[in-house]
Amino acid sequence: MGEFKVHRVRFFDYMPSAIRAMAFNSHTERLALVRADGALEIFNFADHYFQEKVIPGQDGRAVEALCWVGQRLFSAGLNGEITEYDLENLRPRYTVEAYGGPIWTIGSNKQGTLLMVGCEDGTVKMFEILKERIQFQRNLERQKGRIVSLSWHPSGTLIAAGMMDMIRIFNAETGHATHRMLVERGVGASKSREVVVWSVAFLSDYTIISGDSAGKVQIWDGLTGTLVRTHLVTKWDVLCLSVSQDESSLIAGTSEGTVVQFQFISSTVDQQEEEWVRTRTFKNHSHDVRALAHTETAVVSGGMDTQLVVRPLLDKVEKNTQESAMRKIALPHRSLVCCAKKAGLLLFQFPDHLEVWRVGESDGHGKPGDSLPVKRKPEKLIQLKGKGGDHIYSSALSPCGEWLAYSTVSSVRLYRLQYNNISITKVSKLPKDLCLGHQLCFSSDSTKLFASSRHSSVIVVALNQLECKYLHTLKPKSGSRQPVHLLCTSEDGKWLATANTDCEIHVYDLHKRKLHCTVPIYSSCPTAIAIHPTTSHLVVVHADQQIFEYSLVQKEYTEWSRKLQKQGLHSLWLERDTPVTHVTFSLKNPAHIILHDMFMFCIIDQSLPLPESKTLLYNQMTLRSLPEQERIRHSHAFKICKNFKHVMCVSLLEDHSLVVAAEPVLHYLSEVSKRAQTTLSQFAGQYIHVMGL
Amino acid sequence: MAALYEGYTLCGLVPGQTLTNSGIQGIEAERDSDHVVVTDSTRSVTLYKVSDQKPLSSWTVKQGQTLTCPAVYNSQTEEYVVVSDNKVIRIWKDEDILLDKAFKATVSSDVWRVHCLPGGEPVVLFQRGAVRLLDSLLSAPQQPIEEVLAQEEAIRWSTNIVADSQQFVIFTTEQKGDSFLYLHRLNPNTLQRYRLEREEPGLSPLSFSASYRDKHICLLYLYPNGHVYQSVVSVRGLGGDEGAQALPLPRSLLLGLPVGEGLLEAASAQLLDEAHVAVVGVPHPSAGAGKDFLCIWNTNFQTLQAGKEMAGKIYGQLWTFSNKLFIPHGKTLSVIPYECPKSSLASALGKLKQAKTEEFKAPACVPSWNNILHGDKAQPSRPAETRKTRTNRKTQSAPSLTVDQVLDFTKTAPVEEVQREVEGLLSRADIQDLQPLVGQLASMLVSRSLADPAFYTPSTLAQLVHTQSLCHSVCPDLVLLALERRDFFLCQLCLQFFPDIPEAVTCACLKAFISMPDTEAEKLSLEPDSVSFMETLIARERAPVGLQNGFSSTSTDQDCSDALGGGGRVVIKTGEEDKEKSSTPPEPICPVGLHKAVLLNEVLLTAYSDTFLLPHLKDLSSQHVVLFLQYLQFLYLKYSQDASPQMHGLRSPSLTQIMDWVCMVLDAHFTVLVMTPEAKGLLVNLHSFVKSQVRLVSELGKIEGSLQELNKMKVKKDVGQYSIEIIELF
Repeated sequence: MGEFKVHRVRFFDYMPSAIRAMAFNSHTERLALVRADGALEIFNFADHYFQEKVIPGQDGRAVEALCWVGQRLFSAGLNGEITEYDLENLRPRYTVEAYGGPIWTIGSNKQGTLLMVGCEDGTVKMFEILKERIQFQRNLERQKGRIVSLSWHPSGTLIAAGMMDMIRIFNAETGHATHRMLVERGVGASKSREVVVWSVAFLSDYTIISGDSAGKVQIWDGLTGTLVRTHLVTKWDVLCLSVSQDESSLIAGTSEGTVVQFQFISSTVDQQEEEWVRTRTFKNHSHDVRALAHTETAVVSGGMDTQLVVRPLLDKVEKNTQESAMRKIALPHRSLVCCAKKAGLLLFQFPDHLEVWRVGESDGHGKPGDSLPVKRKPEKLIQLKGKGGDHIYSSALSPCGEWLAYSTVSSVRLYRLQYNNISITKVSKLPKDLCLGHQLCFSSDSTKLFASSRHSSVIVVALNQLECKYLHTLKPKSGSRQPVHLLCTSEDGKWLATANTDCEIHVYDLHKRKLHCTVPIYSSCPTAIAIHPTTSHLVVVHADQQIFEYSLVQKEYTEWSRKLQKQGLHSLWLERDTPVTHVTFSLKNPAHIILHDMFMFCIIDQSLPLPESKTLLYNQMTLRSLPEQERIRHSHAFKICKNFKHVMCVSLLEDHSLVVAAEPVLHYLSEVSKRAQTTLSQFAGQYIHVMGL
Repeated sequence: MAALYEGYTLCGLVPGQTLTNSGIQGIEAERDSDHVVVTDSTRSVTLYKVSDQKPLSSWTVKQGQTLTCPAVYNSQTEEYVVVSDNKVIRIWKDEDILLDKAFKATVSSDVWRVHCLPGGEPVVLFQRGAVRLLDSLLSAPQQPIEEVLAQEEAIRWSTNIVADSQQFVIFTTEQKGDSFLYLHRLNPNTLQRYRLEREEPGLSPLSFSASYRDKHICLLYLYPNGHVYQSVVSVRGLGGDEGAQALPLPRSLLLGLPVGEGLLEAASAQLLDEAHVAVVGVPHPSAGAGKDFLCIWNTNFQTLQAGKEMAGKIYGQLWTFSNKLFIPHGKTLSVIPYECPKSSLASALGKLKQAKTEEFKAPACVPSWNNILHGDKAQPSRPAETRKTRTNRKTQSAPSLTVDQVLDFTKTAPVEEVQREVEGLLSRADIQDLQPLVGQLASMLVSRSLADPAFYTPSTLAQLVHTQSLCHSVCPDLVLLALERRDFFLCQLCLQFFPDIPEAVTCACLKAFISMPDTEAEKLSLEPDSVSFMETLIARERAPVGLQNGFSSTSTDQDCSDALGGGGRVVIKTGEEDKEKSSTPPEPICPVGLHKAVLLNEVLLTAYSDTFLLPHLKDLSSQHVVLFLQYLQFLYLKYSQDASPQMHGLRSPSLTQIMDWVCMVLDAHFTVLVMTPEAKGLLVNLHSFVKSQVRLVSELGKIEGSLQELNKMKVKKDVGQYSIEIIELF
């Protein structure tokens, strides 16, 4: 197949933000997750945990709690505001000030008619949920001390509130507190510190379960207000609780990074009476577990170490299947790196700023496995700070490297770059229509900017030295209200393809300025699309790892695609648990498709036979050990390279060298473990000294 | 005792082997003790990691080619060398995948073997007896190779030895029923030929093994009739008349192994160390005629030390590297770890007197197994004191009595004169010659003292003991006499110098020491070294002490209270105890007086065997047991607080000795102690020691694990923020 010169880029030190809260909607099987920087992410658990939507955060927006009400999503935070999100246009729909100081918790009744928030000033505030907004209804009896956690009894009559040192039960109708349950403080030094009831859960049999800062999970009788059982699960805090839908299982997240499961079972075989018994402990996090969700089959957890972990419960899923495998979602399922192929530039997107780098150069030649001497080091050309506190949603660098565009929830900005003496100029007059840009993309000759807008439409803007002119808007016929999450153009400038979270892929003819065709809808969401520069075939990779090739000229799946579907993809290919986030092609060899996920990149050679189910998929090592003439017999279409971890981008430059941006997350993790290591070795050193060893 | 441990399989053997051929041509050590290179008899060479029982890589020559010598590993260049088809030398490295692409050189004559020792250069031995360094051979591969051997003379076995930076190639040949040994020294090249003595007609050696020891090459060979001979050749005498007549090679019969019916066919003997030989393919003396045994024999005692039955056919092949035996049998190649500790009666029967023999070797004339067996060359030096007195007396040149006269004299003369005469006698003659005399003298004095209560010569006896020519077995009543006369100084000397005090006597001493009132003890004059040790230990009592060695008295206290709290219902705390605990951590206070402690230390230092000591220990009264335990606890505390007081080279018990005694005393008296109220606190403390020790060990284990992990991590090389690399996809 050949040798590649690879620019191995590790200076994209992107670090995801810590997970702060999550909420699982069991009807739609969507998990909403909010991070410390305020960014909201929606994962579709029905479609291979694909991260289908992201709403970027904002400086100073600290979301503490999330709550689904039907299809609607509300959040509240320490800024004292309640926000409802517009999941179609990926922006906050409106924000309501609660006037109770910082809000610690949010919840709704089962009927979905009322929303309640717990405030710093000791009030529980009720809001009526209307069709387009929410309206303040009343306060419950005001308490001394903040309301940290809330849970509504399924019948809607009682509300449990976790506070400092106690749990209160309110009558939801009268608004009066009926019971006060005192929570014991920790022993020793923490005796003088107030205990915080971080989380409460009110079960339908009137059991209240609480988790507190003294490391206890306590079971209370909500009718009498008496303590039934105390489980000490950690030395530190129990930060969150989550109960399964059928109330037979409960999980508690601790600041030690563990998740402890309790089950409502009889503790001995012959005993009829059931009770809450501590059953399992999961340790998948290195730091605090701040957020939990108990789905029907799995424990979903997240926290300070930024990873989302889905841990299937082995009594609920079939063992040794793909379903029973644990998943760790560490990186976003979309590309944060844009490569200007012609100029050899890389654009890195961070939440609040952008960086433009030029890759290094080397004139050496070497054997495979060698590192070449770097003649010119990579260079950071521009660092652009986002304006107005809104975080960046999407960004793009034109292939020539002279245009840079980025979008936030409220605006699109366009800049002109010059490199001979580096300068950046903002294009001040942008067309009015260009106000929303979920996805941005430049045409290959850098004369047009495409921005996806509401209802899956695409706005086309012409660029030249003097001005920036609105040309037209491309609209799909399907009338989908979902946002576009993938956008790409063809090399010849004729085609533009879009994919939205309804799994629709539309292709527009840019010369005729109209919809050319719609690719047959597949059940799984596309995660990467690209149009072949010479054959005009559209390659689509889906969240379930399927690959399709669609001929735009013939408006049908290509022969190769049919063959692939007929034979089926290799089982190991389908078992990979991170989506393909980028597809590109080789100009040198039109039969090559280059794609990557988080752990590998793959070159698919369409001229070679497809791997059969019994052949080795990851066969590079085997091929390496074979003599040259035998390799042909054993090689197949999927050339997979697993040399890199946490791959963020794989792109082909004009000189046919590959750019691989990888291993950004490791900075954070290795930083933590490095610190632990030095402490340990110091300790060990002292110890050895003392022992006289 | 030597021991064979549980073996494990390294690899299977190629099927289709014949009786004599196991399919393995040779095994050679690789980079370290855990790697070996196995060459099979046809085409392939495999590198194994032994502890993992796993092949790491394998190389094969093409079909039609054969490997004709075992592959060796050159640790200097990290290359492997093998010969195929007698004439083609191949050299390759670990990373080479294909042997065919590796370096090749064809030489002009058939090669017998390539030898390479760690640290040595590879040497090529040709079938006709010529020897070349591999490097010089490769510089001109087609160079003419001379014929060293006569017609019809063929090499049977060869090896390579590095002796004092001299490299030797040793090989044996056979010619018309005669065997010869060739010793070829390299740089400068010399060759010496020896003729092996003939065994019964028609028998030629089955196997050879050579080792280098004390400037001699030691050759061990096994004949089919079970005789194992050893021949020793000096390395020094080599050179001289080169290539001359074959010298006769003297031999000595080391072992006559039982052969059962008929002669041995496939058997091998390997030297393990100077006293042990591993033999395979010879019947076990107590297991009938089956020859499928692996045995370790001690050549000093001619005793069988360990034996193991090997399943399946034995091929008479055996290799040994770094305490592992490699033996092909049946369809597998097994690795059997073994151990050959120096044999000594003391180690076999009980605790050694001094664990740290290297630092502290008590000079002794008393014959010891250790010295006899392992050729301890250290000449016993006489105490300086005696030598001085000797010279003094010599100058005085007073008329003196003969030995026999003195002996007679001691039977009747009064105390003072006996003392004088014995002293004179001792200073006159060389004590070594006097060794039997000293024994006679001592036993005579002892028997006279026993018979006559008025007669006792403490200083003379002490002097006799000081000569170190006495031991307990020579005059068994001496210690008991000393005890009877309450001459504790003499007791101390006996305990110190006698290597063979029976446990019963040790216990009697212990009993006497511990029951002695402190006031009496303080009047004694004792051996100054041991006293000064105890003085420093007790003096440190008041000095501020750092907390070391993972032990702190505060933590012990916590542990105590933990134990009390945890098992709370069992032990009831008294108010007094509580008060004590809450006050400053108590300094350990020596429960016995200085001199008593010195004497007790002497008991702790004696050699003993648990089994024999235990019944006698039971005779101690509970009061004494508690006191003794308290003293042991005091020592333990002291030892744990200070880094290591026993380092001072003074006579001091080691921590292990203390702990051993604690365990034994507890074993002997546990039920009594549990019932004794005053022992309760002591037991709780001892329990906490054990706990702290267990914790220390587990913490150390954790640290060890962590450090190992750290080491593993360090291997990962730090790659920078950016690099341009070449990768190849196939």
